[in-house]
Amino acid sequence: MAGADGDDSLYPIAVLIDELRNEDVQLRLNSIKKLSTIALALGVERTRTELLPFLTDTIYDEDEVLLALAEQLGNFTMLVGGPEYVHCLLPPLESLATVEETVVRDKAVESLRKISQEHSPVDLEVHFEPLVKRLASGDWFTSRTSACGLFSVCYPRVSSTVKAEIRQHFRTLCSDDTPMVRRAAASKLGEFAKVLELDYVKSDIISLFTALASDEQDSVRLLAVEACVSIATLLPQEDLETLVMPTLRQAAEDKSWRVRYMVADKFSELQKAVGPEITKNDLVPAFQNLLKDCEAEVRAAAANKVKEFCENLPEDSREQIIMTHILPCVKELVSDTNQHVKSALASVIMGLSTILGKDNTIEHLLPLFLAQLKDECPEVRLNIISNLDCVNEVIGIRQLSQSLLPAIVELAEDAKWRVRLAIIEYMPLLAGQLGVEFFDEKLNTLCMAWLIDHVYAIREAATCNLMKLVEKFGAEWAQNTIVPKVLGMANDPNYLHRMTTLFCINALSEACGQDITTKQMLPVVLKMSNDQVANVRFNVAKSLQKIGPVLDSNALQSEVKPVLEKLATDTDMDVKYFAQEAISGTAAAKQIIFGILHLTALILPPNPEWTTTHLYSLGMFQVELVLVDQYKAVLGVHSLHHLTVQEGALQPRQAQAV
Amino acid sequence: MKCFSRYLPYLFRPPSTILSSTCHTEADIISTVEFNSSGELLATGDKGGRVVVFQREQESKSQPQRRGEYNVYSTFQSHEPEFDYLKSLEIEEKINKIKWLPQQNAAYFLLSTNDKTVKLWKISERDKRPEGYNLKDEDGRIRNPSTITSLRVPVLQPMDLMVEATARRVFSNAHTYHINSISVNSDLQTYISTDDLRVNLWNLEITDRSFNIVDIKPANMEELTEVITSAEFHPQQCHTFAYSSSKGSIRLCDMRQAALCDKHCKYFEEPEDPSTRSFFSEIISSISDVKFSHNGRYLMTRDYLTVKVWDLQMENKPLETYQVHDYLRGKLCSLYENDCIFDKFECVWNGSDSVIMTGSYNNFFRMFDRNTKRDVTLEASRENSKPRAILKPRKVCVGGKRRKDEISVDSLDFSKKILHTTWHPHENIIAVAATNNLYIFQDKVN
Repeated sequence: MAGADGDDSLYPIAVLIDELRNEDVQLRLNSIKKLSTIALALGVERTRTELLPFLTDTIYDEDEVLLALAEQLGNFTMLVGGPEYVHCLLPPLESLATVEETVVRDKAVESLRKISQEHSPVDLEVHFEPLVKRLASGDWFTSRTSACGLFSVCYPRVSSTVKAEIRQHFRTLCSDDTPMVRRAAASKLGEFAKVLELDYVKSDIISLFTALASDEQDSVRLLAVEACVSIATLLPQEDLETLVMPTLRQAAEDKSWRVRYMVADKFSELQKAVGPEITKNDLVPAFQNLLKDCEAEVRAAAANKVKEFCENLPEDSREQIIMTHILPCVKELVSDTNQHVKSALASVIMGLSTILGKDNTIEHLLPLFLAQLKDECPEVRLNIISNLDCVNEVIGIRQLSQSLLPAIVELAEDAKWRVRLAIIEYMPLLAGQLGVEFFDEKLNTLCMAWLIDHVYAIREAATCNLMKLVEKFGAEWAQNTIVPKVLGMANDPNYLHRMTTLFCINALSEACGQDITTKQMLPVVLKMSNDQVANVRFNVAKSLQKIGPVLDSNALQSEVKPVLEKLATDTDMDVKYFAQEAISGTAAAKQIIFGILHLTALILPPNPEWTTTHLYSLGMFQVELVLVDQYKAVLGVHSLHHLTVQEGALQPRQAQAV
Repeated sequence: MKCFSRYLPYLFRPPSTILSSTCHTEADIISTVEFNSSGELLATGDKGGRVVVFQREQESKSQPQRRGEYNVYSTFQSHEPEFDYLKSLEIEEKINKIKWLPQQNAAYFLLSTNDKTVKLWKISERDKRPEGYNLKDEDGRIRNPSTITSLRVPVLQPMDLMVEATARRVFSNAHTYHINSISVNSDLQTYISTDDLRVNLWNLEITDRSFNIVDIKPANMEELTEVITSAEFHPQQCHTFAYSSSKGSIRLCDMRQAALCDKHCKYFEEPEDPSTRSFFSEIISSISDVKFSHNGRYLMTRDYLTVKVWDLQMENKPLETYQVHDYLRGKLCSLYENDCIFDKFECVWNGSDSVIMTGSYNNFFRMFDRNTKRDVTLEASRENSKPRAILKPRKVCVGGKRRKDEISVDSLDFSKKILHTTWHPHENIIAVAATNNLYIFQDKVN
């Protein structure tokens, strides 16, 4: 494009630079994402003296552009001349760290943390630390919140005088006027504590932690709970009781449900941090209280942690604690008034059986499982069913099957189609747990009934379910139990049901293998090509295309081809279209199988994803992997650049014409 | 003029200009007015969906008396008229409320809402602009790519100050009924939006979901007897908010107790006086506005005829009751017929919570001094808005004999109503919206 005089390598860069200010956000974004290319072309000197000053002032842009800029600058060290000059990146990142959009600010802080590692200890004190101070004492809280995230990265690498200053700054921010800054400080408290000397953790951090944990703002107090975890891990066991526990106890009984929720949500982490002794003495009663909390959100969060909490109890007293302290609360939760609480419990309660062993499970847990299987809320029942495998290992599923079956049947017939959809998705799992006999006896009819559900999503899921069942139980089982029923629906008066036959065949052909497909399914499909409903006919064409790769070439030539050719002359436009699609599709499939694989790979665009989707549209799943390998071979021959040029020029249809 | 200071410690002087639009269309009617937390900015919203922001002039040493003038800083279209195709309803663009966010960086932020959608606006200044293209020359002509021999990085050059307003967030699809108020929490992280039946809690950074914390919708809408008229967060306690109802009660909720605040923790209501009971009792007891005092100790409510101040510690009766225009009590029938009885007057505190202000008819507005128990009626009008003049108090006469300077109840103009007023957070500067005019009055400068 460039003339003989100009330097043609400059033109694309010139475009990129100009587009930094284009009116179209997308173009600006593209340019920012290629900022390294621009910097490379400008050289380190001009990047430092011209590009960075310009970027420092471009904080007016859209968030997504600023976000991309903040990210780019984190990887810019080499482009400004290496670690020696890395401090040049501070001004633009400093201005990005003060914008109002949290994601941009966070990204700027992340990049600042990254480049702080590339500063020499001297540069860190001369350039980086002053920036942190500037941010920490900024007029606006946006800059002060950003400062909170930077203390921990410079603290370990500066002199002791500067360290003292940093501690002072952090202390100031912990008692800032605006809750935003206190929240930022509270959320970084744990991280900062980790880099501090233990003496200072005890003297400074604990007092800050105590103050933040009794802040007037709920939103600050709840973040102190998170800090509690990291602080507790840092302190020696003997100090925990005096330094951390009073605050933790207070948080677990906070007036605000949000703080108690946070305690419940972080309970496993807290438990690990404070160790077994305190867990036994303090956390067990606290956990009991959370399970009995007056706010349902808190109970639900605690219920979610029941299994993890029990697992992490000290082994010597685990069973006793569970049986005497936890289980009574769990029993109450089974009949909780709030369905979220019940379903949270249902998603973990089965896990208790492995911890308690066979006898306790049968005696104490089984009644709870059974009660939950009969719960009025479908989500509770579903959560129990989805975790059946845990119980199966301990007591065997037979114990449950009496109650399981009615629960499954009820869910399978639920008025809400989303509930029916959810239970279908657990069918393969259930079939695996219950075994083929039980399945045939009790559940097979359900699976077939879903095929004629009046909601399409259910019929679709039901076909998919059949495929998974066949994969589990094998082709022979399919031939005996499923295939006859599926094929029988081909004569159903309802065309939707007839189409379901076709969809099932599409899904099952591969799992069933060539023999069943050719001998049993193909004749039915071919017969349906005479269906009076056009939708059925064009789905015949689609099915033939789909099962083509499974069939042998003989059947393709002698049976499939004539039918497709007949459909290609159909009066209905759509039927014609799909028949023609199928003809070219199966033709391509055949040829590829016949060995011109490498040729196709050569002309297919050099994008493995595209190749894959394209092949899927041809119905050639099994050759896909071979092709990707071929594609890799091709890449070895051609340069990447050359192939990229071809990308736009190649249309899918050209590939089909091979 | 001395006698007026008897009523109030403040003498209000109008500025040299009245901020108003020249044409009188429906769209120009001011629907809300609000100072920001420093008082340097003042925003108005109108029925046409526009927001106008005024900025206070910086103090200049040469003309100290000019301090206090507010000039237009930014004007932007906040909401557009929309149509809800599912319900076949028009959604007006009228700005119902504006709330400023505390300043967080060099830009200013405000929330504006119409009946359905709350928007977060950023108002920022720009005084630099990049210059220098590679592919264009100074006049904007495309350069021949072949002549490019070196790269140019744009350079930022100073330019005339430009104020931009950009919509940063749009909080929509959460209200079935009309939003009547919005209020920002003291945690600066959340706010509530309130419609006739529900209160929703939003995070200022998240637009795709909100939490419904109060829902008074009965299962059967025919059983509906009460609607929410206004709601506000406590100025300091992040967990407390109050909402008022059409039945004249106020409920205080504690968000710490439960995630859903359907159960209130305090219920403020004054038992009805059976002797004054009439057909209009329920209508005139409906609360049109509720405001916490700046110190968070009191609640002020406005109903049709009175302003009441409640102590948060006393639920059974208001601490103080002020009659705004008791002379209308005899005219309720005609006010019902012309729909004026449903007018929603707002009320405001002054910076130190010692004076309260609220509007009335005939472009009158009222102030009540809580300490001296004095009150005054002032008028916002072009006629008596001469620069440096002092506002004369007005008097409405009820009886037959009308003294000089008094106005008879029958000659009040009910189409001129002052519904929206605001008081500077620290100084005695007030802004009063009278239909399409905004009057800014200031305490006398000595």
